[in-house]
Amino acid sequence: MSAPPLLRAWRVGKSFGTHRALEDVTLEVARGEVVCLIGPSGSGKTTFLRCVNQLERYDAGGLWIGGELLGFREAGGRLHPLPEREIARQRRSTGMVFQRFNLFPHMTALENVIEGPIRALRRPRAEAVAEARRLLDRVGLFNRQDYYPAALSGGQQQRVAIARALAMRPELMLFDEPTSALDPELVGEVLGAMRDLARSGSTMLVVTHELGFAREVGNRIVFMDAGRVVESGPSQALLTSPQEERTRNFLSAVLG
Amino acid sequence: MSGVPAGPAGAALRPEIDIARLPHVRPVHWGRIVTAAALLLLLALLVRAFARGQIAWPVVAQYLTWRTILEGLLNTVLMAVAAMAVGVVLGVLAAVARSSPNPVLRSAAQFYAWLFRGTPVILQLLLWFNLALIFPTLGIPGLWEARTVDVMTPFLAALLGLGLNQGAYTSEVVRAGMLSVDAGQYEAAKSIGLTYGQSLWRIVLPQAMRVIVPPLGNEFIGLIKTTSLASVIRYSELLHSAEDIYYANNRVMELLLVATFWYLVLVSALSLGQMLLERRVSRGVARPAGRR
Repeated sequence: MSAPPLLRAWRVGKSFGTHRALEDVTLEVARGEVVCLIGPSGSGKTTFLRCVNQLERYDAGGLWIGGELLGFREAGGRLHPLPEREIARQRRSTGMVFQRFNLFPHMTALENVIEGPIRALRRPRAEAVAEARRLLDRVGLFNRQDYYPAALSGGQQQRVAIARALAMRPELMLFDEPTSALDPELVGEVLGAMRDLARSGSTMLVVTHELGFAREVGNRIVFMDAGRVVESGPSQALLTSPQEERTRNFLSAVLG
Repeated sequence: MSGVPAGPAGAALRPEIDIARLPHVRPVHWGRIVTAAALLLLLALLVRAFARGQIAWPVVAQYLTWRTILEGLLNTVLMAVAAMAVGVVLGVLAAVARSSPNPVLRSAAQFYAWLFRGTPVILQLLLWFNLALIFPTLGIPGLWEARTVDVMTPFLAALLGLGLNQGAYTSEVVRAGMLSVDAGQYEAAKSIGLTYGQSLWRIVLPQAMRVIVPPLGNEFIGLIKTTSLASVIRYSELLHSAEDIYYANNRVMELLLVATFWYLVLVSALSLGQMLLERRVSRGVARPAGRR
């Protein structure tokens, strides 16, 4: 008997109007595992991540974090959508890092990091500041804590965003193409911070185009296309000997 | 043969030129000189006209600090500040309601803006002031009751009329500011567990302020002048005071100039305040050096 998965998605579906963005997505992420979601753009990777963080509402199947159903409460065979406050509480078990950073531009790096702990977790300010400084130090930005985002490079902003997500002490870190909006020479520093995070045992679900990162850091890779999971498996195996035709086509297109 | 290509008129034949080492000739801006001269002439004519006109300047100077005028000035400032405060609170509430997921709140906010933007403010002032004609008493049944004429003073009628009207306009300004904030900001706020109210208050509104403050300053300046309409319901603001005096002494233009002077002083002070506020709310944007 193995430990229950931290994240469990069972036959998750999601439509935007008539477009079926997700269909029958089933996957699990165990505690301490790093899973990379890869696939062509429009394949539903980002939509899936946004459903896990409840920025979108899924409309079929089920999503559980730590055994708790996301977004709904079941009672007497009927579903009740959770109130906003409950959804905010559920969201705290996940930390999200966005493609476009989305730092709060009117707050310094430090203020960005302490906002969630102080407002959502109601932790004392001094404690939140001390922890934020530790986290900023961990992503190599201790001496940039009083800078506004506009004064930071893209790579630095994304590392602040990682610290901001970590400050909520999430059980699961979600990364939505965290290096896609970066200049090429800044990609390395962000991947480095993520690698350190993975080594420290964090559970991570990463949507990425960085196959090198997926191979080196990811335990497993899930390949998606047209809203469905096409294939998944251990990183090395999936990249070197994919079973499905579509996976092979994608990999040969990306790797050249 | 050198490798330097010859430009038109052979100018490029001196490739050793360095524009940093040669004296620069300042161009003469003829347009500026001509417009400045023309405006100075107009100004001179205007000054001459006023100097020769039949204005008793000593009277203007005398009434500038006259007690009634200063009281009117104080009342104008009080009313403008109070009505703007009411307007901002109502405007923010209406804008938040307008963008809320609750359809009832949305419609209510829309109705409010429609009603108060749709009628002249002077009409609204008269309606509030004459409320006693249809509701002789006001109150909460069983708890408190009073005669409407005692409650609906010129001050309260003006405050309600101007404040409610201002709120309707302010709500549109605030809404535009909220729309200017990137959707990613709402998502980032949610993702760190903030509730809807917290994300509005901590994340969205502070950023919207940068867009809201300039038009809001404009609204405030407009409101200072609109307070003069409250003279029709006998609120003793600046213009009303000036009128009271010139009804008695017939120095019409002198007292209107006194009022002009004070309105300009008020608006200038306000513009200065607006400038400082704009600097404050553009934290993180207008500060390329980045340090606090």
